[in-house]
Amino acid sequence: MISGAAVLLWGVAALLGTAVLAIASSHGSGSGTRLIYSLTLGISAAVLLVLASRVADDPVTPSTAELPLGLPWIGAHFRLDALSTFFLVVVNFGGGMASLYGLGYGRHESAPHRVLPFFPAFLAGMNLVVLADDAFTFLLSWEFMSLASWALVMAHHREQDNARAGYIYLVMASFGTLALLLAFGLLAGPSGNYTFEAMRAAASAPLVAAFVLALMLLGAGSKAGLVPLHIWLPLAHPAAPSHVSALMSGVMTKVAIYGFIRVIFDLLGEPAWWSGVVVLFLGGLTAVLGILYALMEKDLKRLLAYSTIENVGVIFVSLGLALAFKANAMPSAAALALTAALFHVLNHSFFKSLLFFGAGAVLTATGERDMEKLGGLIHRMPLTSFAFLVGCVAISALPPFNGFVSEWLAFQAVLQSPDLPQWGLKVMVPAVGGLLALSAALAAACFVKAFGITFLGRPRSAAVELAHEVDRYSLAAMFTLAALCLLAGIVPGLVIDGLSAVTLPLLGSRMPVQMAEPWLSIVPIAASRSSYNGLLVFLFIAVSGSFAAFVIHRFASHALRRGPAWGCGFPDVTPAAQYTSISFAQPIRRVFGAFAFRAREKVEVPAPGETGPARLTVEIHDVIWETFYLPIGRAIDFATDHLNHLQFLTIRRYLTLVFLFLIVLLLVLALWP
Amino acid sequence: MNGLTFDIAHLLAGGLVLVSFMMLYQDRLFALINVFALHAIVLALSVAWQAYIQDAHHLYVTAAIALIFKAIIIPVGLHRIIQRLGIHRDIETAVGIGPTMLAGIGLVTLSMVLMLRVTPDADPLAREDLAFALSIILLGLLVMVTRRNAVSQVVGFMSLENGLVLAATGAKGMPLVVEISVAFSILIAFIVIGVFLFRIRERFDSVDVGALDDYRGEHR
Repeated sequence: MISGAAVLLWGVAALLGTAVLAIASSHGSGSGTRLIYSLTLGISAAVLLVLASRVADDPVTPSTAELPLGLPWIGAHFRLDALSTFFLVVVNFGGGMASLYGLGYGRHESAPHRVLPFFPAFLAGMNLVVLADDAFTFLLSWEFMSLASWALVMAHHREQDNARAGYIYLVMASFGTLALLLAFGLLAGPSGNYTFEAMRAAASAPLVAAFVLALMLLGAGSKAGLVPLHIWLPLAHPAAPSHVSALMSGVMTKVAIYGFIRVIFDLLGEPAWWSGVVVLFLGGLTAVLGILYALMEKDLKRLLAYSTIENVGVIFVSLGLALAFKANAMPSAAALALTAALFHVLNHSFFKSLLFFGAGAVLTATGERDMEKLGGLIHRMPLTSFAFLVGCVAISALPPFNGFVSEWLAFQAVLQSPDLPQWGLKVMVPAVGGLLALSAALAAACFVKAFGITFLGRPRSAAVELAHEVDRYSLAAMFTLAALCLLAGIVPGLVIDGLSAVTLPLLGSRMPVQMAEPWLSIVPIAASRSSYNGLLVFLFIAVSGSFAAFVIHRFASHALRRGPAWGCGFPDVTPAAQYTSISFAQPIRRVFGAFAFRAREKVEVPAPGETGPARLTVEIHDVIWETFYLPIGRAIDFATDHLNHLQFLTIRRYLTLVFLFLIVLLLVLALWP
Repeated sequence: MNGLTFDIAHLLAGGLVLVSFMMLYQDRLFALINVFALHAIVLALSVAWQAYIQDAHHLYVTAAIALIFKAIIIPVGLHRIIQRLGIHRDIETAVGIGPTMLAGIGLVTLSMVLMLRVTPDADPLAREDLAFALSIILLGLLVMVTRRNAVSQVVGFMSLENGLVLAATGAKGMPLVVEISVAFSILIAFIVIGVFLFRIRERFDSVDVGALDDYRGEHR
């Protein structure tokens, strides 16, 4: 009987083989596309079956495998435990759904030979990162994943701004990997033992642990999209083809979160209490700023990418809470917070994939990502609209869908904060809870905007008038995800009980068994404190909605009347006079924009008698880009300008430079105490 | 090891440093090459003495290589090149003799301080040897840096290599293979640089490397 990890390695090998096959076959037309996506779909499904049998059998006992690759004295170690099983489910389910969607969406691909080879490779890379059990394999897989996704971002490299997005992504990815490399170097210590096994056994000094936390926040945080390291994300995610965007947003950010959890919760040992404060602060900041950026956005896919940043913030808030509770020996509260984080990881992979698929469907049907040119699609693409609406409701954390459950669990964890001993945490946690509530409310506004402007109203461009429903593969992928969003919202207990296998080895504790509660209720701490029943809410909504519809249809007039819409006294009501995404977001921009974006509005009205048009100019700054990144860019420009002289010295001067440097090194050696 | 063998080894290595100093103030090419030949002879003596006291016969081969190639063939070859190029009357130093000598003294001090500090428990002969070898390497580099003529840069480079050989023979058990490869690499470097000299000469009518800078369109 070969171990679970070995079976999964065969899955990875199959994915890599598919990538090679894709290189050979991608110059053909539709048949190559169909073949590759069918293969990846099949492999993902097979891997999911293996994982399912593992979950049903014994998810806790780790299964290991070793390959004679990598560094000669280490080899490549792989390990499948409960945490990696969970993340592999997320990865392969996302991969399978993206493949299903790709079966239909991929037919419209203009450059399939730039997408098909990298898609399976990207999936293989993500699987390998989660399976890796030594630092070398982890970093190698991480880089492989980054490069494969970079190639996918650059698939349409001739389109405007895509090359810049790819470049910034590449720079940030290298930076992140550098941080991870240093973090693993610190964890390995002077003995240089790079297996996770040895790192788990070794205890780190407090200072080293602090550095490792900082480096992991930089390394994993830059991949996940923590503010202020998020800048590449809204550029790169939308630039890729839509099913790849879904993978990058829904799954790759989760792989980064996996890396963070693996190192901080598993390898590093006992955390210090202040590490919770740092993670909480960054998470709260990320959540609010991410969703504010999303609100300002009028490009549908970029809006979704910014919303990913918000959700990563929410997950990091839960992780920060788990760290704080873990440091203070409150295992049941820590288990609650970690469960909330992992549940949100699963949920976000569902609804963000769904929403990106919807955006891709809109893109296929109309060729537009700009919401200002969309509108009225609900009449032309009713099924896509419905699925997208489900995604919007779920991501806005409205019951009975899944987003509500995980955010509710996060708030339940926030409410445990008065039991914390440190005043820093006592003050910090409710404040971050406030930020979390704010971001949830703003997310709802944001997705009202996304759905309303895109699907409701009247078409704003000719392309939209001609749009029609997308193919059945895409719809199947979207409806599967929509059904899962609902299902995870109605039977959250099933997920929570499944996650107990993950929290038990990491924290030594788990949430109470939920499936034993009557009527699918969930009771995170005690029935006297709080409980939630998704089924009840769903039934209430369904019954009251049906009843209201029945009453209206039964008792209201049957005569169909169409009257002119009230146009606010505007004489010529064109589609351009509708609410736009910018105007919808204006109140929020007025409230938050002055400090978050240094937003300015300027109204120019021509003097009476002049015939020129009046102008409203809105100026928005990306404060983080301008404060953190532009100075770095300027410093590099300055340095390169001035170091350029070194390119044109005489041979003797080069010799002199080498000589002087040698002398300086020798002097340092001679004077070193 | 008795006092006399140590003293003689010390004397020869010190003599090598002294000859390196002599190279610093030669402003005529023929004189420079003659001093280099002397350098190689002293090196050959020093290596032969090491072979004798260490009872390592393969080091005699190294000594012979130093004597034949570096003290005879290469200087004679360089003499011919200079005559063919017609630059034997040139006087060239980029930096004045006084500052160069002061810098050389500083370098020797540095290498002594450094070597005595980092090798407190090594064999005393090897310690001295390494300190002298480092001085010779640094002085060779200094020759390369302070000269503008390609021929004298080659000479500086080869005196640097003599320092390496001294260091290698001072330590017991250095295999001859490495020796030969180092010597031959220097020989090849000499040939290549010789070829380049003619090329430069053909193109620019000078072996002053400044001409290369003119060719690249910038002169500093």
